[in-house]
Amino acid sequence: MASLLGSNTTLTSNPSYSFSQAPHNNAAAGSKEHSFYPYTDNGGSTLGITGNDFAIIAGDTRSTSGYSINTRYSPKVFRIGGDDETGEGAHIMLSVVGFAADGTALKERLNAIVKMYKYQHGKKMSVKACAQRLATILYGKRFFPYYVTAILGGLDEDGKGALYSYDPVGSYEREQCRAAGAAASLIMPFLDNQVNFKNQYLPGTGEGHDLQARQAEPLPRHQVEQLVRDAFTSATERHIEVGDGLQILVLTKEGVEEAFFHLKRD
Amino acid sequence: MDALVATYSRSALEDEGYSSDEHQELIQAKPSLSLNFVLPPMQNPSAFLRALTDDHANPNCPIKLAHGTTTLAFRFQGGIIVATDSRASAGDWIASQTVKKVIEINNCLLGTMAGGAAPEKDCQYWLAYLGMQCRLHELRHKRRISVAAASKILSNLVYSYKGMGLSMGTMCAGVTPQEGPALYYIDSEGTRLAGNLFCVGSGQTFAYGVLDAEYHYNLTEEEALELGSRSILAATHRDAFSGGFINLYHVKEDGWVKHGFRDTNPIFWKTKLEKGEFSNVTANL
Repeated sequence: MASLLGSNTTLTSNPSYSFSQAPHNNAAAGSKEHSFYPYTDNGGSTLGITGNDFAIIAGDTRSTSGYSINTRYSPKVFRIGGDDETGEGAHIMLSVVGFAADGTALKERLNAIVKMYKYQHGKKMSVKACAQRLATILYGKRFFPYYVTAILGGLDEDGKGALYSYDPVGSYEREQCRAAGAAASLIMPFLDNQVNFKNQYLPGTGEGHDLQARQAEPLPRHQVEQLVRDAFTSATERHIEVGDGLQILVLTKEGVEEAFFHLKRD
Repeated sequence: MDALVATYSRSALEDEGYSSDEHQELIQAKPSLSLNFVLPPMQNPSAFLRALTDDHANPNCPIKLAHGTTTLAFRFQGGIIVATDSRASAGDWIASQTVKKVIEINNCLLGTMAGGAAPEKDCQYWLAYLGMQCRLHELRHKRRISVAAASKILSNLVYSYKGMGLSMGTMCAGVTPQEGPALYYIDSEGTRLAGNLFCVGSGQTFAYGVLDAEYHYNLTEEEALELGSRSILAATHRDAFSGGFINLYHVKEDGWVKHGFRDTNPIFWKTKLEKGEFSNVTANL
């Protein structure tokens, strides 16, 4: 019995123990650590595009773990810095995709910080400052990361659309457009071509190497909204973790407008 | 008995809600300057992190962090040239083609980013931190920090995190009245070297090949800029993890000057068609 108490042998063969009676694993016998895996990938995809005087962030609303669907409506796009729980009066948008629990924690934390900033300084936090702050929050967990890819959207000091994309440890960059999450590899090439006009050339400007590349320019809002919807209907067709609903948040100087569209639910 | 139990036990919900640290964070107007990193609750945090993020050891790791780079910097008679590519790849996926790998620490100090696992953010964060320390040095001592001192702040800092999983290979370039043009290489292993010429990253060997062949100290400014750009071009051509745009800087006595963020593709065809280099590549469409 003494040998049993001192060793780390499994007790499954002996059903008479209750948990409270089970011998404790004392440090002298060497401690054993079970693998600690706190993350789940909840799938889904998000995307953001900016224009001259607006920013759009969208995300599908399916939440999965493995091959099962947890829910068909779990938002991934949030308002930051609103006056109440509805997010009314928000001037920044955040989307998080990856591990939903980390995403929620991150959103709550950023939201609290942006609100505290307003109360302490008597003015709204600029998107630039918020973007830098989000990077430090993410880097604060450099050794135990938030398992999320975040996109932050707002309007800059000149009223132009601003979009910042992040990696899980807070490396960030301001961009015109960005897709993240499960279907990023399906959506991003489409965006490169349709928003930044990558690999598009102006017909009749020359032959072979003389052909002029088409220059990118900010797109009008209705066109961007259509691109977002096309991107998600196509991603739904080809990715199992994307579908159910599409939530679109559009930020202009008037505030945030929300739209919801159904995606295929299979 | 109940009183005794209450004294020596902790309530089940004690850790719920905001921790005192989180509460402190909300009350403080600014994020704290002390570096408090959250660690996973286990004996060997770095092994945990490695299992999650190191796609070299574990190709199926869940968190893919961006890496792969070519960066270079060299000293010549007219100052220092700093050049980088702009690609960030996460596994096979090109996460971005527009990364700014030259970090402007202040108006006369530049840093570059490269490394193994998550160099982008390690470099972005710690070079920003270095910028803050440099500014504090200026305010305390009423003169600009030397490049030697700045690079040592960084190398001591990353050395204190050795074994935790930081991954960066950076170059600090700057010109100060005491030192003249100065160039240092610092990495997360704790190395700190002064030198005339460094290339760092997955494409370093390709860049060294071109740079070593053509480099000498008495290069003119124009020649030096062209050589920096050409070395990165060679690396983007042969290293799959490098590409995108060529980011070029020149550090002079009165601060650094940016010389563009230019797409590699047209530069490649221009180099081939006008100079006859890359003759192994066919130009026929």
